[in-house]
Amino acid sequence: MSAPASDTPGQGLSAAAAAGEPEALHAAPLTARSPLARLARDFCASWPALIGLVVILVIAVVAVFAPWIVPQDPYDLAQLDIMDGTLPPGAESYAFGTYWLGTDVQGRDMLSAIVYGLRISLLVGSVSVACALVVGSAVGLVAAFFGGSVDSVLMRIVDIQLSFPAILVALILLAIFGNGVDKVIVALIIVQWAYYARAVRGSALVERRKEYIDAAVCLGLGTRRVLFRHLLPNCLPPLIVIATVQVAHAIALEATLSFLGVGVPITEPSLGLLISNGFEYMMSGRYWISFFPGVALVVVIVAINLVGDRLRDLLNPRLQR
Amino acid sequence: MKRYLAALAGGALALGLAQGATSGPALADELVIGVSSEPSAIDPHYHNLGPNNALKEHIFDALIKQDAKQRLQPGLAESWEALDDSTWQFNLRQGVKFHDGTDFDAEDVIYTIERVPNVPNSPSSFSIYTNSIESMEAKDPHTLIVKTPGPRPLLPTELSNIAIISKETVADSNGGDWPKTEGFNDGSLAVGTGPYKYEEFVKGDRLVLSKNADYWGGEPTWDRVTFKPIASDGPRVAALLSGDVDVIDNPPTQDLPRLEADPEVSVYSGLSNRVIYLHMDQHADDTPGVEGTDGKNPFKDVRVREAVSKAIDRAAIVEKIMGGVAVAAEQLLPQGMYGASNELAVEAYDPEAAKALLAEAGYPDGFKLVIGTPNDRYINDEKVAQAAAQFLSRIGIETSVDASTKSVFFKRRNDYEFTVYLAGWGSGTGEMSSPLRALVATPDKDKGYGGTNRGRYSNPALDALIEQALATLDEAEREKLLQQASEMVIQDYGILPLHYEVTSWATREGLAYEPRTDQYTMAMSVTKAE
Amino acid sequence: MLVYFIRRLGQAALVLVVMALLVFVGIYAIGNPVDVLISPEADLAEQQATIERLGLDKPLWEQLWLFLVNALGGDLGRSFVHGEPALQLILERLPATLELALVALVIAVTAGVFLGLWAGLKPDSLTGRSIMTGSILGFSLPNFWLGLMLILVFAVSLQWLPAGGRGDTVSLLGIRTSLFTLDGLSHLILPAVTLALYKTSLVIRLARAGTREVALQDYVKFARAKGLSSSRVIYVHVLKNIMIPVVTVIGLELGSMIAFAVVTETVFAWPGIGKLLIDSIVNLDRPVVVAYLMMTVFIFILINFAVDLLYSLLDPRVRLSEAKA
Repeated sequence: MSAPASDTPGQGLSAAAAAGEPEALHAAPLTARSPLARLARDFCASWPALIGLVVILVIAVVAVFAPWIVPQDPYDLAQLDIMDGTLPPGAESYAFGTYWLGTDVQGRDMLSAIVYGLRISLLVGSVSVACALVVGSAVGLVAAFFGGSVDSVLMRIVDIQLSFPAILVALILLAIFGNGVDKVIVALIIVQWAYYARAVRGSALVERRKEYIDAAVCLGLGTRRVLFRHLLPNCLPPLIVIATVQVAHAIALEATLSFLGVGVPITEPSLGLLISNGFEYMMSGRYWISFFPGVALVVVIVAINLVGDRLRDLLNPRLQR
Repeated sequence: MKRYLAALAGGALALGLAQGATSGPALADELVIGVSSEPSAIDPHYHNLGPNNALKEHIFDALIKQDAKQRLQPGLAESWEALDDSTWQFNLRQGVKFHDGTDFDAEDVIYTIERVPNVPNSPSSFSIYTNSIESMEAKDPHTLIVKTPGPRPLLPTELSNIAIISKETVADSNGGDWPKTEGFNDGSLAVGTGPYKYEEFVKGDRLVLSKNADYWGGEPTWDRVTFKPIASDGPRVAALLSGDVDVIDNPPTQDLPRLEADPEVSVYSGLSNRVIYLHMDQHADDTPGVEGTDGKNPFKDVRVREAVSKAIDRAAIVEKIMGGVAVAAEQLLPQGMYGASNELAVEAYDPEAAKALLAEAGYPDGFKLVIGTPNDRYINDEKVAQAAAQFLSRIGIETSVDASTKSVFFKRRNDYEFTVYLAGWGSGTGEMSSPLRALVATPDKDKGYGGTNRGRYSNPALDALIEQALATLDEAEREKLLQQASEMVIQDYGILPLHYEVTSWATREGLAYEPRTDQYTMAMSVTKAE
Repeated sequence: MLVYFIRRLGQAALVLVVMALLVFVGIYAIGNPVDVLISPEADLAEQQATIERLGLDKPLWEQLWLFLVNALGGDLGRSFVHGEPALQLILERLPATLELALVALVIAVTAGVFLGLWAGLKPDSLTGRSIMTGSILGFSLPNFWLGLMLILVFAVSLQWLPAGGRGDTVSLLGIRTSLFTLDGLSHLILPAVTLALYKTSLVIRLARAGTREVALQDYVKFARAKGLSSSRVIYVHVLKNIMIPVVTVIGLELGSMIAFAVVTETVFAWPGIGKLLIDSIVNLDRPVVVAYLMMTVFIFILINFAVDLLYSLLDPRVRLSEAKA
């Protein structure tokens, strides 16, 4: 599994969550503070998760402000010089200064390329997850609320979708769509929405049977209002967990697809494509072209997973009630 | 795929050192060749593709053979001559027998040529080489008369691609119908007159040939030849270093210096007939991907084309991107091959002159441009395109690269979606008319001209020269015409050649490989070094 | 049981057909395989003739109809490149992929259950915590990156193992396998470990959670109180119970492993169906791509079915009719 690019991450999650994390039960604090404050305090109790969070924040800031931080726009060919190609880390160039992480064959500063690559990876990860979350939640809510044949048709589609490994679906889709950041995002939405649909439906079915929904319906509130104002908020906690981990999955999946040559275009390389481009030079000693982007990719994914793992422990639906 | 598979080579190298002692080289007269791609069929008329064509040279013979420099040599025809403008006579070799003992004569040739257009499912037919034949007649068993509609000086070259099969052996194999490709693949019909006989073919694993001791061209060197397909560069190099194979083709360029330094291994490189070029849309007024020119197509102006040519540092591309394993190109076929001009020189890198030319043409501030390129077809293709884009950006043409996989690229290119694109051309005939006719002659369906001229360059004077050359039977006269045509298109900047690919082979010590411009990997090219 | 079986079969058939249609049309839209296959020297007339020979001149719906009719007879078409039946090409390569997936699965289950048990029995020890943090790393390392690093370390630096390719094979019941030669196994280790890592992390988590839960159950406490040795308690009682979720998930993941072998096979140049898929996509060899997908879907269906059966054997409370479809 390009690890996180799990085909069935939902499975891993739900299986682990369903099997219960019993000790977490005992850890559930009974103090009467606001839930958010309690969450924040519990979260910070785990230092790996805290480190993860800090790393994510730092990376996010760097990625957002990349154009003002890095020395070179790696996508502007006019700023590159192939005579500076494949220089080792720390090499000095008269025109440019110091290439701290070396250059690739086009003379692209690897540090700048990695920061810009991070931007693309984070963009693809977060946008695709956000869109998939919206689509999936809507489908899940509708299925749970209306039930009957609507439910069974929608869930059959979800089943079918989930029975295909994400990597395979995305690979075929992108082979058909062609390269492009937008196309990768669309493909990732298509392979991800079903996880949320299933998760939302699951929690919504539980909530649906509760009195407050009956009460809302009896009050004559509109369907949409019941769905989004009452049902949805109560289904959110497990979604937050899935979405967090799923951002890591999406980033890894994008990297894998780009590595296979069906992801982002070569002129705007993401981390995965940088690794792929550098691969053939790695064995002949020019490790930096591939190695540093790889490290950046792994750090991002590990950080997100650390946070997600902690959130899963804290937001486990079982210990909420 | 190429990109990272290529990379494994280094690892493989190390591995080879580790395993060096595990298995000795094959026995003296056995040869094992690790090839990067295996033939898609044994049927010599199924697929006009490099590996298939290399294989057919072992089992079969053509009337005429191409040597390592693609010059014509007698094959099953001892001699040939044009009797008049539309009649050729081929004097066939006597006493030649097929591997199963049947005799070779003119009937086999006629049968073969008639079969060529009748291969079911053929993805790339050889009929392009037989289309110019109007009729055939066996004057006697060893004299063949061939009629063409008009002068056809390339007929001998074309026939050098057609492997002769035994009519007696195959004619009845399919109930009176033309023989099937499967029959060749399982060996029952793979009967030729060539230096090696079919032994065994396990797709993806091995292809085994044995010596034809009665070969008319003298006894072959090797008793037994095995081809092992090892598509990834790393394992292929490793197999050579560990002695599992004796010869490999296409060792990755990054590892050539290290292979050359290894005393156990020798590397043989030679110029190929493939040129990598940039083609420019010189037809449409509103051309895609160009911005900032008030809707004009700048490439219709020769000064812009010249500026682009001068802006690109070909030597730097060869040096930095190709790792020195390529040769900067001045025309469409390397000097020394038939029809290549000796007057032309590689365009000098001169960005200042380029800028001046742009300004003169009315684009002092340049314009925006997109270069199309495949990313898995030629050696380092998209990297070369990026480097070219870099050079163009420096003279003010703000250039971006649109790279796609070959299947998508060719479709888009054929739909004229690129104003400027990078591609390559290998001259199958080994002479200048091939690239001229395909790449720069005005597209004309009926004549079969300009099939790959997706820049739609059109120069009536050039067309006339090419046409005249293709109707001239006199060799010296024709070569002069082709040289003139080559000079004409290069001086008009109708197409911009970048570099010629160089092909390499690596062998165990004690063996030598004669590099071939057609890039074929053949047991006949492997000799025992002194 | 029978009803369940028939319903599953019908559903699977529907999925197969819909998917074949989508992919068929999708690849049609990418480009023309003749552009890639044909000799560049061919003129326009020859290009047209080739298109006709391969049946690509017919309108899309007619090609589709022919494909469906032939598919019903078990003929998934001929490879444009090799001229051989696509199914045959895939079946020739399938053993290599199955071999890789199975070995990876064995590694994942053994290592995962062992480490998961450990972490579950001693959740607060340093080892237990390290195993859990390690499993997050296992989830996080992208498959291809891990493969590259393993090659760099074990093949390039240490020179212990080959960098890629498949080793010597022997024929077993007509299937060529590299499981029984030393050379074959040495080629298998790195790709199998690469493919196994993610699943190992998954199994660690499942096994740990299961162990934690089971360890608190009355019957385990009872068994301990009875004075049964701790190892017997673990192996008989705990192990049996944690195997239920492990078997389910792993069974389902076998399918995804076969799919993910696409990446691993690419990195390690492993000559399985994943590599064939990539090559065929590149060459627009549509019959092979479609046949590959139908084959994989078929395997998934088989696996799901086997998992359900196995599940009902392990846990008598589960009746098949209730198992999720």
